[in-house]
Amino acid sequence: MNALDLARQLRERFGDLLSEPAEFRGEVTLKLAEADRVAEVCQFAKGTLGFDFLIDVSSVDNYGDDPRWTLVYELYGLGHKCHLRLKTNVSEERSELPTVSGVWRTADWHEREIYDLMGVRFTGHPDLRRIIMWEGYPYHPLRKDFPLGGKPTELPDVAFTRTAPIEGGPFVTAPGGKDAIEREPRAKGFED
Amino acid sequence: MPTPQAIQFGDTVARVASGALAHPATDDSQELQGEKMVLNMGPSHPSTHGVLRIVLELDGETITKAVPDIGYLHRGDEKIAENMTWTQFIPYTDRLDYLAPLANNVAYALAVEKLFGIHDKLPPRCQYIRVICAELARISSHLLGVGCYAMDVGAMTVFLLTFTEREKIHNLAESLSGARFTTTYTRIGGLARDLPPRWVEQCRQFLKEVIVDINEVDTLLTRNKIWVDRTKDVGVIPKEVAIDYALTGPNLRASGVDYDLRKAHPYLCYQDLEFEVPLGSVGDCYDRYLVRMEEMRQSVRIVAQCLDKLPGGPDNQAGEPISVADGKIVLPPKRKVMTSMEELIHQFMLVTQGMNAPVGEIYFGHENPKGELGFYINSRGGGTPYRMKIRAPSFVNLSILSHLLPGHLMSDTVAILGSFDFVMGECDR
Repeated sequence: MNALDLARQLRERFGDLLSEPAEFRGEVTLKLAEADRVAEVCQFAKGTLGFDFLIDVSSVDNYGDDPRWTLVYELYGLGHKCHLRLKTNVSEERSELPTVSGVWRTADWHEREIYDLMGVRFTGHPDLRRIIMWEGYPYHPLRKDFPLGGKPTELPDVAFTRTAPIEGGPFVTAPGGKDAIEREPRAKGFED
Repeated sequence: MPTPQAIQFGDTVARVASGALAHPATDDSQELQGEKMVLNMGPSHPSTHGVLRIVLELDGETITKAVPDIGYLHRGDEKIAENMTWTQFIPYTDRLDYLAPLANNVAYALAVEKLFGIHDKLPPRCQYIRVICAELARISSHLLGVGCYAMDVGAMTVFLLTFTEREKIHNLAESLSGARFTTTYTRIGGLARDLPPRWVEQCRQFLKEVIVDINEVDTLLTRNKIWVDRTKDVGVIPKEVAIDYALTGPNLRASGVDYDLRKAHPYLCYQDLEFEVPLGSVGDCYDRYLVRMEEMRQSVRIVAQCLDKLPGGPDNQAGEPISVADGKIVLPPKRKVMTSMEELIHQFMLVTQGMNAPVGEIYFGHENPKGELGFYINSRGGGTPYRMKIRAPSFVNLSILSHLLPGHLMSDTVAILGSFDFVMGECDR
């Protein structure tokens, strides 16, 4: 039993909802077309395929692209020792998908973190509050359009008012851009 | 462990009995249930090991609700990582789990190497030295973990003993990397420098001394009545719950789940080394202590094997490489930069633009002292990651607190937090 077989089994059950499994560096990635069904797919993966261990949930901001958000679930089975990555996209207008904290309770804090830092909401989450930033903080700092130096705020003494030293540095990437070359500092050229 | 009901009831009976003499007519059992009290613990509290804050709701001495509050040490490491080259981020990994910086360095380097596809091309000497680093970090972290845990519960001597030994690891780290805590010892594709002269000898000496110390701590705690009373059957985490909350490291293994990344998915040279993975049976605070103690002994065993098998020997007379031979990843030797055109170009490109990463995404989990430290790296090519998520073991381990604490006595919180051995530096990132 390897991760590819399990990915195929998952695909047999859900059909075209899931993409053809992609392999990179020995890791198998499946893309889920409808984010609304993520909880259902995860429940099946846990219940039937033995993925009892959710290692991590992360989020990617594809700034400038549509759909803007990518959610990444790292699934693992302690029984068969296989790792599977499940990805799904969410558009910026919607910015919402079902929680998987009902499937694995560890997802609770991961989802709160994504809500806090990226601003994607999880429907059905038992306690969707900010976790890293404080309650009432107005921004989502991991978004690509949030400047590295921070944004000024009306609240006294709680947010940055000056840019951080790294801002404008040689490796500070610009948000957006077609490809890495355009985003990257080397595209800026040398300024006199 | 008494339930809230039992305590409430006993108390009421006692108070009604004594009050019955003074006010025989009033039936105030409802009033005597008492109000719940909200107690704020932390963020600056000696037993919260850093800046964890827990808002506890108490019914007498019993916790009825616990709300952990984290984020006081948030520095935006993931955002910072998106804006610097792969190599420039290594010093930031020192500051994740700042009690085991060497292990973080190894974990990060391995993750980036997996993205570059060079993780299986590492020279053997580099692998052995990295394992030594990771295991020394584990001993250091567990020494602090057990020491602080014991001090929180009232055994001061243990703390003094373990910190004396830990100091020696910092001395070794200093002669290895030049810094005691902020080691930044690994590089992508290798190591910053080879072992200094006489280091292997000093390390052997340390192993001899630390095992004496571990045994002494063992005699002080393992059969100590006060220690056993404070930790046994306190904070029990059943197997299924531990898996559901995705605990990792000693906290997971204390619940009896046999999951150690060094055995399950061996990386570096772990498959060539002999060691056991200790497991707990109950999953209480006492088991978590026992697992850490045994892990230290196993780490001593691993380091001793590595020192014996070290390719190239202690002083590397044979000139075994410590980095991959790829000019597009590892900085060339300075001598060649000054004399050869190709090396000069490589040096210039690596320093000004960073290594050009392939497009793709990887996840790599490393068995850190606190649990599984994972890096999810999403690369769109170029010298910086597009997105890097750090899966911090302390963050995940702490998420169980709101489930675990209710029902325990207030004083058990200290034992439970001590037994979890978390670091807020990596929890808040």
